[in-house]
Amino acid sequence: MSETRQTGVGDDAYATSRETTEGRVFNVTGGDWDEVLGGGDPIHDERIVVNMGPQHPSTHGVLRLVLELEGETVTEARAVVGYLHTGIEKNLEFRNWVQGTTFVTRMDYLAPVFNETAYSLAVEKLLGIEDQITPRATTIRVLMMELNRIASHLIWFATAGMEIGAVNMYLYGFREREYILDIFELASGLRMNMAYVRPGGLAQDMPAEAIVKVREFLEYMPKRLKEYEKMLSGQIIWHKRTKGVAVLDVTGCMALGVTGPVLRSAGLPWDLRKQMPYCGYETYDFDVPTADTGDVWGRYEVRIAEVRESLKIIEQAVDRLEPGPVMVEDQKIAWPAQLAIGRDGMGNSLEHVAKIMGQSMESLIHHFKLVTEGFRVPPGQVYVAVESPRGELGVHAVSDGGTRPYRVHYREPSFVNLQAIPAIAEGALLADVIAGGASLDPVMGGCDR
Amino acid sequence: MTETPSGNVPVSANPTGAQLGAAAEFPPASPAQKGLFGVHGSGDTSGFGGLVRRRPAIVDAQRPYGGYFDEVVDALRDGLATPDEAIEHVVIDRGELTLYIAAEQIATVCQLMRDDPALRFELCSSVSGVDYPTTDHRRLHVVYALTSMTYHRRIRLETAVTAEDPRVPSVTSVYPTADWQERETYDMFGVIFEGHPNLTRILMPDDWEGFPQRKDYPLGGIPVEYKGAEIPPPDRRRSYQ
Repeated sequence: MSETRQTGVGDDAYATSRETTEGRVFNVTGGDWDEVLGGGDPIHDERIVVNMGPQHPSTHGVLRLVLELEGETVTEARAVVGYLHTGIEKNLEFRNWVQGTTFVTRMDYLAPVFNETAYSLAVEKLLGIEDQITPRATTIRVLMMELNRIASHLIWFATAGMEIGAVNMYLYGFREREYILDIFELASGLRMNMAYVRPGGLAQDMPAEAIVKVREFLEYMPKRLKEYEKMLSGQIIWHKRTKGVAVLDVTGCMALGVTGPVLRSAGLPWDLRKQMPYCGYETYDFDVPTADTGDVWGRYEVRIAEVRESLKIIEQAVDRLEPGPVMVEDQKIAWPAQLAIGRDGMGNSLEHVAKIMGQSMESLIHHFKLVTEGFRVPPGQVYVAVESPRGELGVHAVSDGGTRPYRVHYREPSFVNLQAIPAIAEGALLADVIAGGASLDPVMGGCDR
Repeated sequence: MTETPSGNVPVSANPTGAQLGAAAEFPPASPAQKGLFGVHGSGDTSGFGGLVRRRPAIVDAQRPYGGYFDEVVDALRDGLATPDEAIEHVVIDRGELTLYIAAEQIATVCQLMRDDPALRFELCSSVSGVDYPTTDHRRLHVVYALTSMTYHRRIRLETAVTAEDPRVPSVTSVYPTADWQERETYDMFGVIFEGHPNLTRILMPDDWEGFPQRKDYPLGGIPVEYKGAEIPPPDRRRSYQ
């Protein structure tokens, strides 16, 4: 090497170097520890931004959380949603009013009966036929909603338990839910997304076997509930992971529009079934459980108690079930076929098919018009809300007088409640974000629609 | 609406205290719906062709409104500086009260709705949009569902803006829960909420173009690239001819 360059101290404070014929040689010196320690921790101010989700097992589907961490403490949290947006509200505008049930049932897939019932109540209010809904249809709606509430809460015990570390709860929760899904299958032919509740009544009547199964369930479930409590309520890990975690008081809930068990865990007994009754809930005897802690523990206790109250309602509903029609009589709304569950799960009435194909051309035309074009709904708009397992599920339906919805908007409790994530996560530990997020019980299918 | 022709005989007298809405055929001159599916000159029978639609007519309700509606409207009028400008219409339909509010006053009205001891609408249940492109020159409507937990009441506020100047004051400072719901309304309808802390798309991707819930936005037909394949609009996917 012809050129030898002596590099100065400025290049690297700790290692001077010189170019030699053997290449670059570094001169490393020690003894700078005082400088390192005196200058403070170089990563002291470093904040880490962690992207949690959308593919993360403890975010209940495709929720994405962007967390800014300082050590293990969350300093900022933002929820990002929309990964499951499927344009259900837009699709509804291109199908007739009855077909809408098939769409809305797929929104909050853990509470399909609530989506259907809220939608049907809205359409019935637009049609002005609320008084014509038969008592049997209303009672079965209540029965199905309460079964669905239990199923949804079971999923909450299961998934929240798993996320906090009680993995066996996951198996138990799904085992009991299976029982409810069997009842749904007996009643409607489908286990989930049944489109069972329709504007005007129900898709088909509930068979006697389903009622027998419901009665068995009423015997079976309280014992299981005690098992859950034995497993979780006295367990020290469960206490430490839930008590005082993700606290949201009544003021916070109301400002953020949070309803349902989260609001009731803060102490406000706001339950639409009691406060603004629908489907005859005012005639049932049940309580609205509350807690005063406003934390994950309170939400757990409220949900356990709500399952008990739902069982009470189911028992009363089963007792008051009497044979009768499950669809309005109005031939302009009710599908003429007396559908009954056949071997294929849904079934057709052979008598009706024989009549429209062989004897009555008018019946055939009427059937065809009603099924393909649908019924007309007088113009106007309504807002109907029901108490879903997650809070106020509202339907804003607008009709322009046609056979299809002009606009249907769902006020989804999952969507609204998720806004509370920053309020409950910031300042807490990363592990508590999991517990807190789970305690809101978000279902992304409902949130993103 | 009561019409009193020359003979002084009311054509459609309002029953006292009744809650009136738009009659099914009101106004009678509204254009009828066209065709079974409204599709002409195309082989498409999938129903995507779009129907010619009528819009719900706004018919002012007459006093007394009945129920708690008088109380709510009176309390609101008392609290507002210019009630006649702020409240454009009062509509009662199917037992629900809708107040049509001038867009620039919506935040003021919401503040009063929440804070006035006679109103106490503490919870903003829902904010969403509706698009009326053919029948209203202020085509974009924003609908607020308010709930009073104290009095167990519900009312609806509705405000309308044009698509050219879709500006509505944000109510997030009054109801923080409106944050995401206003973002959704912006995302789907393109209504700009002035004063919103972070008005970005929420359900659609950040770089999406157009506002999907507007009526002139097609269902499907937006070329979506998926592994090299482009999906055509539904009416060009198949033909039944």
